[in-house]
Amino acid sequence: MAINHLAPEQTEQFADNIVGFARALRSAGMPVGPGAVIDAMSALQVIEIGNRADVFTTLEAIFVKRHEHALIFKQAFNLFFRASEEWKHLLDSVPLPEQAKKKPQAGSRRVQEAMSQPRMTETPQHQEQDLRLSVSDKEILQKKDFAQMSAAEIAEALRAIEMMRLPQAELLTRRYLPDPRGLRLDMRRTLRASLRTGGDIIDIHRLGRIEKPAPIVALLDISGSMSEYTRLFLHFLHAIGDARKRVSVFLFGTRLTNVTRALRQRDPDEALASCSAAVEDWAGGTRISASLHHFNKLWARRVLSQGAIVLLISDGLEREADSRLAFEMDRLHRSCRRLIWLNPLLRFGGFEAKAQGIKMMLPHVDEFRPVHNLSSIQELITTLSRPLPPHHRSLIRSAA
Amino acid sequence: MTSATLPASVDAMLELLTSRGYLAERSLATVTYLSLRMGRPLFLEGEAGVGKTEIAKVLSAALGRKLIRLQCYEGLDVSSAVYEWNSAAQMIAIRMAEAAGDTDRDQLSSDIFADRYMIKRPLLQALEPDVAGPPVLLIDELDRADEAFEAYLLEILSDFQVTIPEFGTVKAPHPPIVIITSNRTREIHDALKRRCLYHWVDYPAAERELAIVKTRVPGISAKLSQQVVRFVQALRNQDFYKSPGVAETIDWATALSELDARSLTPQVVGDTLGALLKYQDDITRMQGDTLQKVLKDATSEN
Repeated sequence: MAINHLAPEQTEQFADNIVGFARALRSAGMPVGPGAVIDAMSALQVIEIGNRADVFTTLEAIFVKRHEHALIFKQAFNLFFRASEEWKHLLDSVPLPEQAKKKPQAGSRRVQEAMSQPRMTETPQHQEQDLRLSVSDKEILQKKDFAQMSAAEIAEALRAIEMMRLPQAELLTRRYLPDPRGLRLDMRRTLRASLRTGGDIIDIHRLGRIEKPAPIVALLDISGSMSEYTRLFLHFLHAIGDARKRVSVFLFGTRLTNVTRALRQRDPDEALASCSAAVEDWAGGTRISASLHHFNKLWARRVLSQGAIVLLISDGLEREADSRLAFEMDRLHRSCRRLIWLNPLLRFGGFEAKAQGIKMMLPHVDEFRPVHNLSSIQELITTLSRPLPPHHRSLIRSAA
Repeated sequence: MTSATLPASVDAMLELLTSRGYLAERSLATVTYLSLRMGRPLFLEGEAGVGKTEIAKVLSAALGRKLIRLQCYEGLDVSSAVYEWNSAAQMIAIRMAEAAGDTDRDQLSSDIFADRYMIKRPLLQALEPDVAGPPVLLIDELDRADEAFEAYLLEILSDFQVTIPEFGTVKAPHPPIVIITSNRTREIHDALKRRCLYHWVDYPAAERELAIVKTRVPGISAKLSQQVVRFVQALRNQDFYKSPGVAETIDWATALSELDARSLTPQVVGDTLGALLKYQDDITRMQGDTLQKVLKDATSEN
């Protein structure tokens, strides 16, 4: 029996249930718009609502638009349609993604900081001093190790990082745009233009290939040994994600978490807060090999397909360094355009790759760079904005 | 080709697909039925080789509709997906008009940008009326096209119309049956998915896969087909870079059947493993003990 054969009050009851169900899904973190509810009602007009499995598939096809949400949907469906009048229980039993929890207010930390600043009127000279110092401060700041910065210096570094913009490292696409110096003839525009003069004078229009920045995929180690750097790097990744569209960010400690969506939020504080909420193993141990395996298997084909540059930010201090690590690094290296390993340990002048894990990873990277202060991040940006070399295996080491 | 009537229930849909040798899960039949009844595109996602493309082919054959296929690739643009002007023919027409002393510019321009100088590509073809009924439009591997193309699809998929500057708007009298597939090499934008019915196509359960093998590889013995399916299902539980899909199962079963194999032996499996696994690393991992164990489980009688 389809829904339009029901008695009017039953139909109404049913519609209420669907609306309630959609609301429940929404609170469980699934993006369910009002359009989907209307769709669901019209879908149920054509389906036998007596068959539970069919209703399940129908509603799933409408409400679930990402495979990851299928599990939430299934739990919600089972709970809701067992006892739809008690749908409030649903909210207690479904594991809610972070968005559903109360969001920390944007910029709260900055507001607090602003409030705790001494008032301007108190010491005008103090301000003067600040300005004078700031030039040399900046120079010192450029070279200062993130791990040794004071809170104020970190704040300054964060500001500098937010100002950094990646020049668009270009990747030729196979799409075309009007371009007077382009190589291809734009017949359509040429003809249209020539018609304007009755076909007499032919003014040739050309097409050139569209260029777009190569996607960047960052794998950031958030284990305990990296904790002094994590926040700054996240800020850096947030800043470059703001400037270009295709930046995917994964955090790993003992497990891998995709925080790309969380990091897309405009406000850096809010973005970082939702990142840390998404990660379960903050500042714990490191399992690089397992995390890379997870990445290679589940994500590599999805995020590396369009000639991506991979930034691996890690100190390479792996507990379980065995042949698996070399294997996974090799796979990662072969599936991306360029693999750049950023290692804060390189700040030590006499750094040698003694740790077993580092030795295993080194042969598989295209570049090995330090990343511990502002100037090294600045250098990284310069590197990223250079034209991309063809895929090569040689190891370029640049010391601090 | 005659146009068959649309199935009237999920069961009828299931029957229709089965009659063409496509053994679908009930859930897939349900969403396909819904997509036909609601006139909404069907968005199928899942691993490679689970039969996403196949369903469009089967639908078009079973309903007697034309199948129009748009294979996506990076750089796919309007001129290869929707339409293109036949510039050479237009040039000739201009020269002819000149030679005839025709000087009416507006006349010339409307002559030049007419239907007969237009080369229609799949998306425009799909909007044209067809005697057999609206065609089946298969937009295959959308994840390979770039984002700009996806945005272009939004207009077509929600209003089933295309705007051509020189020509006007072409609108389909009846919307085509649209099947979009993606292997998830990248995420498709939510805006596009919202216009579609979404379904994740999973690997089939052992029983269904056995039925599929029997249908698609008719000469195969009951014993061998059972071993093949058990072996493949066991492989999917292994931690491989690329697990074999149904298409690979069928390939493998066909290969074994061609080799007149009666049952799985280490020798025969070793020789034909390339039909199932497509990465050297995966094949290497399948040697030795792992192979012995999986093979033993697959061939044991119970």
